[in-house]
Amino acid sequence: MGLFDFFKKSPDESEKKQLDKGLEKTRSSLLGKLSKAIVGKSSLDDDFLDELEEILITSDVGVETTVKIIERLEKRVSRDKYMNAEELQEMLKEEIVGLISENSQENSIPESRPYVIMVVGVNGVGKTTTIGKLANLFKNQGLKVVLGAADTFRAAAVDQIKIWSERVDVELVSKGMNADPASVAFDTVKYGKEQGADVVIVDTAGRLHNKINLMNELSKIKRVMDKQVEGAPHEVLLVLDASTGQNAFEQAKQFTAATEVTALALTKLDGTAKGGVVLGISEQFNIPVKYIGVGEQMNDLQIFDAKSFVHSLFES
Amino acid sequence: MFENLSSRLDRAFKSLKGQASITELNVAETVKEIRRALVDADVSYKIAKDFTNTVKEKALGQNVLTSVSPGQLMTKIVNDELKELLGGETKPINLTGNPAVILIAGLQGSGKTTFSGKLSKYLKSKGRNPLLVACDVYRPAAIDQIKVLGEQVGVSVYSEEIKDPVAIAQNAIKHAKVNQHNVVIVDTAGRLSIDEAMMNEISNLKKELQPQEILFVVDSMTGQDAVNTAKNFNDRLDFDGVVLTKLDGDTRGGAALSIKTVVNKPIKFVSSGEKMDALDVFHPDRMAGRILGMGDVVSLVEKAQETFDEEEAARLQKKMRKNQFDFDDFLQQLNQIKKMGNIKDLMGMIPGVGKAIKDIDIDDDSFKSIEAIIQSMTSEERQNPDVLDGSRKQRIAKGSGTSTTEVNKLVKQFSDMRKMMKSMNAMGGKKRLGKMPFRR
Repeated sequence: MGLFDFFKKSPDESEKKQLDKGLEKTRSSLLGKLSKAIVGKSSLDDDFLDELEEILITSDVGVETTVKIIERLEKRVSRDKYMNAEELQEMLKEEIVGLISENSQENSIPESRPYVIMVVGVNGVGKTTTIGKLANLFKNQGLKVVLGAADTFRAAAVDQIKIWSERVDVELVSKGMNADPASVAFDTVKYGKEQGADVVIVDTAGRLHNKINLMNELSKIKRVMDKQVEGAPHEVLLVLDASTGQNAFEQAKQFTAATEVTALALTKLDGTAKGGVVLGISEQFNIPVKYIGVGEQMNDLQIFDAKSFVHSLFES
Repeated sequence: MFENLSSRLDRAFKSLKGQASITELNVAETVKEIRRALVDADVSYKIAKDFTNTVKEKALGQNVLTSVSPGQLMTKIVNDELKELLGGETKPINLTGNPAVILIAGLQGSGKTTFSGKLSKYLKSKGRNPLLVACDVYRPAAIDQIKVLGEQVGVSVYSEEIKDPVAIAQNAIKHAKVNQHNVVIVDTAGRLSIDEAMMNEISNLKKELQPQEILFVVDSMTGQDAVNTAKNFNDRLDFDGVVLTKLDGDTRGGAALSIKTVVNKPIKFVSSGEKMDALDVFHPDRMAGRILGMGDVVSLVEKAQETFDEEEAARLQKKMRKNQFDFDDFLQQLNQIKKMGNIKDLMGMIPGVGKAIKDIDIDDDSFKSIEAIIQSMTSEERQNPDVLDGSRKQRIAKGSGTSTTEVNKLVKQFSDMRKMMKSMNAMGGKKRLGKMPFRR
């Protein structure tokens, strides 16, 4: 049985409530505006389409994806006539789901132990917090977790992950500040292997994706892990801040170029009306959004499911 | 989809080419492109709409003079309008009161603590005696972070082990009075604008501390939500100014325009880098230029002035005039340039170059092999490059891990440069700096 079977247990009611609560703001704005726009419309006039465009763009969906969604809806409506607002809403929902799941791919189930995750992203997106929450998630599934403090650059970053490791009660490999991050990553994977860990999570320093030297450093950190455990890191998790605008696309592109990102985590979704960036990114990149952060508590990290995300956007 | 605004406009302006005047009809496509470009640059949808309407009104009926293309005319209107919107009155930060209290607020991860460190360094360099106060009592190791930064810039940090930010800040002000600190910078925890409890906390801090200056720190990569966040913080705090962070990224920073428009508060600082001196005063014209991709010559010149040592420059100039410029001087110049920061950033500031190099990787390491070659020369060779013969070049190539071809190329470029200096001297030219071979 693979690791992702643990992840894929269907969300129970309380988790669902949490997701609903975390997305409250996104939903209330998206749904509220949409219903208002749809009411009394029996055909897709320009006013409605303009309004739909505005709703999607102000949710950070991005111009390109917005245009695609609208085109799909127009095509669909010209094919299957609809009778009322509910039906139109249903069609829109299906078109959005269709668009983003066209690109979503199944995760291969890794058999290797330890399963090594490398966490990357620009400054201040919430990498270390996400690692703390992830460690907690795995630990609650009965897995043995080892963390690696390879952000040796930002002031007090090592202290920050140390506090998380104590809070969640998992082991941490650290060589202090200003140590070579690649050597910390190497040692972390080595230690994880020796200790029979199930999951190894390596933190890295935040860096802007246009700094070539820092991106090269990241590639190197990634490379050395493979020397300890073949195929490591099995997952490169890019953390994106949900309030980031169109620059998120460039981040995804550049980090993928440097480290072959395999999954995305979207943080701070509870604070923004703009969860729409998830739609844009799912549509444009072949990288699945895997986790979403919807709160400040240790448990506020959830496995992302595109379909239920879109559905929850439309549920009242 | 990441071409910059100016390349988008270039394309949009094509539809205006050859038109005698700007009319509702021929400008429609351009206006649409401008709006889309602004939205792609993260300007709020509504603000982009209003903005393009204003631009359209100003443009309508204007005659396209033969001397300027319609594109240039529109660029000018767009640029002027952007400058006006971004600018307005900028007051310097208020440091009256003893101590003057500066409250820092913003979302999680926007860069408040890093900015606090930079601001304290900036104020210290202006002859103030600042005190940093650690009021982020929530995030793990936040207090350690500000302590480390304080140590780096040589500014004292006040912190306590209690969980009450108001009490900590009040004690810090008392501490400042006793210890002759005349500015107190209160760093606070990141908070979401919809988090009622946390927003109450920051309102309380304002009420109890009566700060002279409240600065709202915002990530320049923020998307459409920038308007809501800025508005919520402003409703609660009525802040005095905005700080834009992480401008060293490649974001076009449309959020700046949204925020400025919606709260009408000046952008007082821009922060661009992890080094403690990467803090600049905001210049609306430069920001407009940045959004439009028109380069930033003024910034480049100022950066150069800050970095280049006047005396050193005079000495070099003299050497150039006497045609004694040698490899040692060359190496020194390279180091000066490197001190100015990321080469690509610098190049991007030159008009026209920004667009040309947006997809080219210019590495700060591009100088490395040049450096290695020069460092592998003896001091005789450096001062008198004419002695370089085949066997010497071979030795240098080996020593620097390069090839003789590369050594030859550098020596050739160098002698070309000397020749150019010579002819410049002959013409009596008073160019300040010699031309540098940027390419390897």
